[in-house]
Amino acid sequence: MNAAPEGGVRSAMYRPYTLVAELTYLCPLRCAYCSNPLDYARHASTLDTTTWIEVLRAAETLGVVQLNLTGGEPLLRKDLEALVAEAERLALYTNLITSGIPLSRERLRELRDLGLDNVQLSIQDVTAAAADRIAGRRTFQRKLHVARWVKELGLPLTLNIVLHRENLDHLEEMIALAVELDADRLELANTQYLGWALLNREHLLPTREQLARARALAAAARERLKGRMELLFVTPDYYVETPKACMDGWGRRFIVVSPDGLVLPCHLAHTLPGLTFESVRDRPLGEIWRDSSGLQAFRGEEWMSEPCRSCDRRAVDFGGCRCQAYHLTGRLTVTDPACSLSADHGLIEAARAAVPAVPADPPPALTYRSARLSAPRS
Amino acid sequence: MMPPDARPRLAPKVRVRLDRQTDRHMLLYPEKGMQLNATAAAIVQLCTGEHTVDEIITLLAEKYAPQPRATIEREVQSFLGALADRALLRTEP
Repeated sequence: MNAAPEGGVRSAMYRPYTLVAELTYLCPLRCAYCSNPLDYARHASTLDTTTWIEVLRAAETLGVVQLNLTGGEPLLRKDLEALVAEAERLALYTNLITSGIPLSRERLRELRDLGLDNVQLSIQDVTAAAADRIAGRRTFQRKLHVARWVKELGLPLTLNIVLHRENLDHLEEMIALAVELDADRLELANTQYLGWALLNREHLLPTREQLARARALAAAARERLKGRMELLFVTPDYYVETPKACMDGWGRRFIVVSPDGLVLPCHLAHTLPGLTFESVRDRPLGEIWRDSSGLQAFRGEEWMSEPCRSCDRRAVDFGGCRCQAYHLTGRLTVTDPACSLSADHGLIEAARAAVPAVPADPPPALTYRSARLSAPRS
Repeated sequence: MMPPDARPRLAPKVRVRLDRQTDRHMLLYPEKGMQLNATAAAIVQLCTGEHTVDEIITLLAEKYAPQPRATIEREVQSFLGALADRALLRTEP
């Protein structure tokens, strides 16, 4: 893909497999590590049902087979049923990525009957006090009810727990909870330090020792539960020394459509300056995927600078995360600072060095996601 | 090794679909997919909970004759094992 004379040719070989449909940025929770953009409240004009249905059809034509219905909180959309039904007609594998709030057992049954394939439920921690502190809302007990409904209704359950300094030492209890709830899949994903999480990084970034213990526990549990529960542990790239292949590369396998219709390579690309992303309100999804300048910007390798340009791993990690590169260095085309070969790797080392060995007591004040902070009145 | 009398069935989270782009079958499950070759697709279509592993091997040996049964058995066992490790199969008693 490095020998690409022109945009059209370059993108012709990229088949998207997954559509991430961000149905709304609204959410009843206020998680301190929310992955929505800081300015989410400025993208309040959401697509209507008809447009979303067109997006699903166009995505399937491009080769998409997986649909992630997410947000914000997708349950806040009254037309979720219509979208699940359309996805079923298109034989898409439909995964509802949800906080479980607000949901009734009856609505969940309806979604199941319409063809929903999997429910991915977020849980913040293993006790109400700790979970509700991170979520900024009292929701933990309610979520446990939802998890039980999912299984009672015969739907597959993925539990997703975002890991950070305050909950990483509860890994064993998390695994026990997932077993108790009979989850089919447990995703233990360390916080990605972008957006709201970057604001709270000094309070959320774990110590290397915490991480090593958790990783060993997860590896042992994966063996123990093999064949019963799939267990995924995602290490934070702040401790890996090689950057992650963010989204499997820019504009390659994932299409993200934001609540207001922007076609993006990832859920934060519209926070990067100087790039133009187009809306499905203005042009068909297929055309945008093929040649929009924002999606073309970091496809292939021409944009890379050293040390990526001559690196053996450039086709493995694609230079890492563009959002992380920009939000840490202010420059778009540099190597992701998570890479130990990056000239900016000192930023990562400094963040790690600032993590206290023992937790603060009392716990620090977190900055919660809020519409007021997202779109301040001037 | 899956016992010859086990009756494998795809886990509830797994869907099979024909991929319009490649005209091959694929397995879909949360966040992932697996392209199936013709043999794998034939095996998957027999994982309904009705057939024993032994019966699946016999049916495929007929379909792919004159390939030796031992070769088919190896392929079936290896593929079913891979699916079971990923929690994509259930076995009925």
